[in-house]
Amino acid sequence: MPDNSELEEPPVVSRTLKRLAAASVAAALAFSLAACGKGGGSSNDAQTDASGTTTLKMWTHNAGNDEELAAINQVVSDYNGSQAKYKVEVQAFPQDSYNTSVTAAAASKSLPCILDVDGPNVPNWAWAGYLAPLDGLDDQVAKFLPSTVGTYNGKNYAVGYYDVALVIQARKSALEENEIRIPTIDQPWTKDEFAAALTAIKASGKFENTLDLQTGSTGEWWPYAYSPMLQSFGGDLINRDGFKSADGVLNGPEAVEWANWFRSLTVDGYMPLKSGADPAQDFLNGKTAILYNGSWGAEPARSSAIADDIAFLPAVNLGAGAKIGGGSWQWAVSSGCSSTEGALDYMKFALQDKYVAAVSEATGTIPATDAAAALVPGYEPGGVNDIFRQYSKAFALIRPPTPGYPFIATTFTKAAQDILNGADPQQALDQAVSDIDANQQSNNNFQ
Amino acid sequence: MTQTIGAAHPEPPTVDQLENLTFRQRRFTKSKQSQRIAAAWLVTPAAALLLVFIIIPIVLTFVLAFTNAKLISPTGPQFVGFDNFARLFNDPLFWKSLRNTLLFALFVVPIQAGFALVLALLINVKIRGVNFFRTLYFLPVVTSMVVVSLLWKLLYQPNGLINNFLAVFGIDGPDWLGNPNTALIAILVMSVWQGVGFHMVIWLSGLQTISQDMYEAGAIDGAGNWQRFRYITWPALRQTRTFILITITIQAFALFTQIQVMTEGGPLDSTSTIVYQAVRIGFDLQQTGYASALSLVFFILVLAVSLVQRFLTRDKDVKK
Repeated sequence: MPDNSELEEPPVVSRTLKRLAAASVAAALAFSLAACGKGGGSSNDAQTDASGTTTLKMWTHNAGNDEELAAINQVVSDYNGSQAKYKVEVQAFPQDSYNTSVTAAAASKSLPCILDVDGPNVPNWAWAGYLAPLDGLDDQVAKFLPSTVGTYNGKNYAVGYYDVALVIQARKSALEENEIRIPTIDQPWTKDEFAAALTAIKASGKFENTLDLQTGSTGEWWPYAYSPMLQSFGGDLINRDGFKSADGVLNGPEAVEWANWFRSLTVDGYMPLKSGADPAQDFLNGKTAILYNGSWGAEPARSSAIADDIAFLPAVNLGAGAKIGGGSWQWAVSSGCSSTEGALDYMKFALQDKYVAAVSEATGTIPATDAAAALVPGYEPGGVNDIFRQYSKAFALIRPPTPGYPFIATTFTKAAQDILNGADPQQALDQAVSDIDANQQSNNNFQ
Repeated sequence: MTQTIGAAHPEPPTVDQLENLTFRQRRFTKSKQSQRIAAAWLVTPAAALLLVFIIIPIVLTFVLAFTNAKLISPTGPQFVGFDNFARLFNDPLFWKSLRNTLLFALFVVPIQAGFALVLALLINVKIRGVNFFRTLYFLPVVTSMVVVSLLWKLLYQPNGLINNFLAVFGIDGPDWLGNPNTALIAILVMSVWQGVGFHMVIWLSGLQTISQDMYEAGAIDGAGNWQRFRYITWPALRQTRTFILITITIQAFALFTQIQVMTEGGPLDSTSTIVYQAVRIGFDLQQTGYASALSLVFFILVLAVSLVQRFLTRDKDVKK
């Protein structure tokens, strides 16, 4: 008979197996803890080396925007050269994955010290505890356009170098031929004037599209571009008094009127249900008479063949005054930063007018301070771009500063898209209101 | 016979010896030891990845589905029992999405599998240039779905290539993606076009395992083309068929990329699907718990459909 003891499971095999199993479980746990656990340590965001220099991490969304990134890098290198106590290190992300990266980093408590944030998200991130208030910078921040400052619960959490304005880009010749009044900042078109202008231009038959509101765009464009129209009718995304309910403002008679008007633009054949792939190009190619666009379209328009025939008009006053969206990307300090003084020191340095001017010049946007505006060609009083800054000052209404905004934005987008496609306005808006109210309530109104 | 099994250079155990060993002992003879260690090392990376990226997320989904977890929130998740499910089953958007998903699967499975089989039969011939066609049909498969979706989005424009083509025949094409009646059909056609090449290759591999002898035997018996297909090819492809059926079904249920790129669920929810809603709720609306509940329902749905399919296409010969 063979010796059976030799045939038992050899210890070396079982040991190897056990070790491997343990190692893989450990690796998996470490991995998932890093992703969703409470790491607690903040060694990631600020590190001090032997010579006493603290390195501060900084994240930005503009990896895909070379001009803006270069301008930001210049600010950082100037700051690093100006003192030896802190060293800021920039890490750039593509915009599409930026918010996800920040959310993931926040969950694992590894946010950088300084980060940029899209204006309407500031209250959401401040409420979630991602951001720290910008203490001690109030005097400096007061010089910025209100729409470039992100506030929550009465405190400033973020401030941006620039804003953008929504404008109506129109073919002057089309207006003049049809004897349509050129509106001014003091006297924008009324709803009736706008309707008459559309009818006249359509009747002239010279343009494939009388109007293009860029309905083919997705994401934040919908609440950014179309909620000001709703507000101009007298409605809003949510009742801004306490931010508890959207009832009566998003589904009231004014909102329904807006919805019917919005839908009628396509039913009556003034604008395509869905814009083409490049509405700005369609306008420059003469397919469109009136284009709803951001101030970022001014630069390409001025260098086009029809530059002399383009007017940058104020938004239409649909009843309750002309309104445009406000708030673009802003800079903030994270709450987990182990060297908040350092981060605030950088912010103080970076918010100087010359940097505001440099970044807004690089991005072709509206400088946030008066002093910076004087430094950027075109934005000096009376300059070609000054009108955008004036629109911003006169008409800009920031998107509702409540932590519930991301939910509101998504819900509004769906309602507006459904309305444009022919859903019953009252029903679509009622549904949006009940969804928004349920979300606000389930979060205890973000108190 | 006194030699010890598992010595440095063991001779194989005799049949007598083996019959005296238990199954367990037989597995652990020393000659297998090193193999087992090697196998363990080889399995570990895959097992670790499966654990981290499949098993842990699935377990988390099961747990989070019963909480009010939010993507961004200062407070942690709390257990809320079946609230998410109650809300889900009362949500008209969920039922619309479920209906669209089922409709899509119902049509895409036979159409895509059928077309793939026809293509496979066409290129399973020995003529010059057949490789050119194989490559051609396979090209969409190796192209990213996002790219394909963007291209077809342009083709489907009201004044796009497809409608211009139709205009030649005097047909006034609809706004394919902008019309609730045509949007899902448009996405279905595009999805079949993109996926058909992959399943063509699978069918082809099945076809090439069929022995030529059978066809020769069929020819001697005077079988025509249809009879050859009906009585030789089709029965011989049973295993391939099962595989294709299940993979297309699962693929169809997971419809997401095309929707995200081309329609975002619109117009009027006509192309909203379960997975699209899960992503929208989880990320855009930041409701992780609710999205997990939706994913859990989706998981059970796919599991059930796969099990039913597996049962219907089970190998009935096994019991013989």
